[in-house]
Amino acid sequence: MLIERINQRFGAVITSSGAAHGQDFIVVARDAALELLRALAAEPEFEFNSLSDLTAVDWPERKPRFEVVYNLNSLTRNHRIRVKLPIPGDDAWAHSAVSVWKAADWLERECFDMFGIEFRGHPDLRRILLYDAFEGHPLRKDYPYQKRQPIVPEIDPIVNPRPMSR
Amino acid sequence: MPLPARWKDKLEASDPADEIMEIQMGPSHPASHGTIKFNLKLDGERIVDCDVEVGYLHRGFEKMCEQGTWTQAFPYTDRLNYASPCINNVAFALAVENLLDIQVPERGNYVRTIMSEVSRITDHLTCLGMAAGEVGAQTVMFYMLEARELLYDLIEAVTGARVTVTWCRVGGVAHDLPADFAERLRAAFKCLDAVLSDCDKLLSRNRVFIDRMSGIGIIPRADAISYGLTGPLLRASGVSYDVRKAHPYLVYDRFDFEVPLGERGDNYDRFNVRFREIAQSRRILEQAMASLPQGPVSIDDPKVVMPPKERVYNSIEGLMNHFKLVMEGIKVPAGETYTAVEGANGELGFYVVSDGSGRPYRVRVRPPCFFGMGALGQMLIGHMIPDIITTFGMINMIGGECDR
Repeated sequence: MLIERINQRFGAVITSSGAAHGQDFIVVARDAALELLRALAAEPEFEFNSLSDLTAVDWPERKPRFEVVYNLNSLTRNHRIRVKLPIPGDDAWAHSAVSVWKAADWLERECFDMFGIEFRGHPDLRRILLYDAFEGHPLRKDYPYQKRQPIVPEIDPIVNPRPMSR
Repeated sequence: MPLPARWKDKLEASDPADEIMEIQMGPSHPASHGTIKFNLKLDGERIVDCDVEVGYLHRGFEKMCEQGTWTQAFPYTDRLNYASPCINNVAFALAVENLLDIQVPERGNYVRTIMSEVSRITDHLTCLGMAAGEVGAQTVMFYMLEARELLYDLIEAVTGARVTVTWCRVGGVAHDLPADFAERLRAAFKCLDAVLSDCDKLLSRNRVFIDRMSGIGIIPRADAISYGLTGPLLRASGVSYDVRKAHPYLVYDRFDFEVPLGERGDNYDRFNVRFREIAQSRRILEQAMASLPQGPVSIDDPKVVMPPKERVYNSIEGLMNHFKLVMEGIKVPAGETYTAVEGANGELGFYVVSDGSGRPYRVRVRPPCFFGMGALGQMLIGHMIPDIITTFGMINMIGGECDR
């Protein structure tokens, strides 16, 4: 059983684990997460070589408020796992997983854009789906969906060229 | 006409020996499908660096799903990959049904499989037709769109709409197949076969097409996996992964079909993989139609599926049932699930979190072409401007899915 093997190997850093609806998940503390993800991706027994998804969920009445969720997939071993990191709302950051999967580059940018969670170690953390002058992080539960944004003043691209980040 | 005075300093300051030109292509460009901006650094016509900017079609899908009930999320899912809407519907329905732990009846699964494959064919025909049209093969484009029209007519006969179908429901589908579906599908196949055969003859060994597509936009196998690519993009790089085979859903495990692979991961391989996938989808459809069982298409559970109108208008229980489902929504027990299907572009996943009320708490779409766009910057470095058009075309970025 996948969840048993993972608990056996990484039990020290796993806060809790479980299975529901045919899917396994583990909950890890933020500091240990990057090493765990790297090991899950690299070790031949698990070989989670594909980061299917990286997102967050906002639980405003819980402490910690955010939960960063990694859905990992192994193309070779045909198993999946969900890794969840609780992140406090007032100190919202996590380690960037770009060094493990290149897919994390854009996924973490989107998570930052929508939730305001900073990914430390990300080479170029800026908004991706929303424009730069957007105020707020819309997928947080305290952002009302009808909220209007201020008008952005016109920017002359020759005088103020938008620098390319790469 | 003199340039604006405020530009004077900027233009005079630029060093003539500095050969790197920064230019932006898009977001509105006649050759790109969808609103994408490419921030390019060019050395003449060769791309030195490329930053792909997405998000021009961001409509807040994930936020809006949280505002309505579970059933009210289906129209939003149509508008994700709008070239293959039935697949989005099916994916979301499967995610919610996973949380509810319910099984749709046999015929419901077959019907969903059939419409998913029809949608996959329409998506591939759109992608290939447009890609061919862009390199100059207008005939191929119109032939493929003609075949697509017949399939859209079929989709309209089943769901009532060509593109914004809103066809699946939690626990089944809204409409069963009409009586003449099998006959119309056969007629559509006759046209499709003719089209595929003609387009194959026109393109596969065409010197111009091969020069434009072959060796362009290569992404090696390891990078493709690391970028999270799935679907035709991953298979073009030689990795045999298809969600229908790896984690079978609906009734795909009963059918016999191949998963076409490429070798190098260039545009020509992507074109080829999609082209051969149309034939494989056609194979699945023939097998599904041959073994289509009779029976109900939706589960018989009043807490999930709306009662028929006769019951609603003629009995108080039916009325109450209808009222509760519409006003409060289906009560999905608290929990979370990540359910993935094989979309036309790759693994389309829904990560759905429920808090036990009738409204979704969090609906996250894992959009397959978003990952392709993430890899696009790397694919384009070293190539020339016209290669942007072909590579971007073969990624098949659908704005609705990438930006949501």
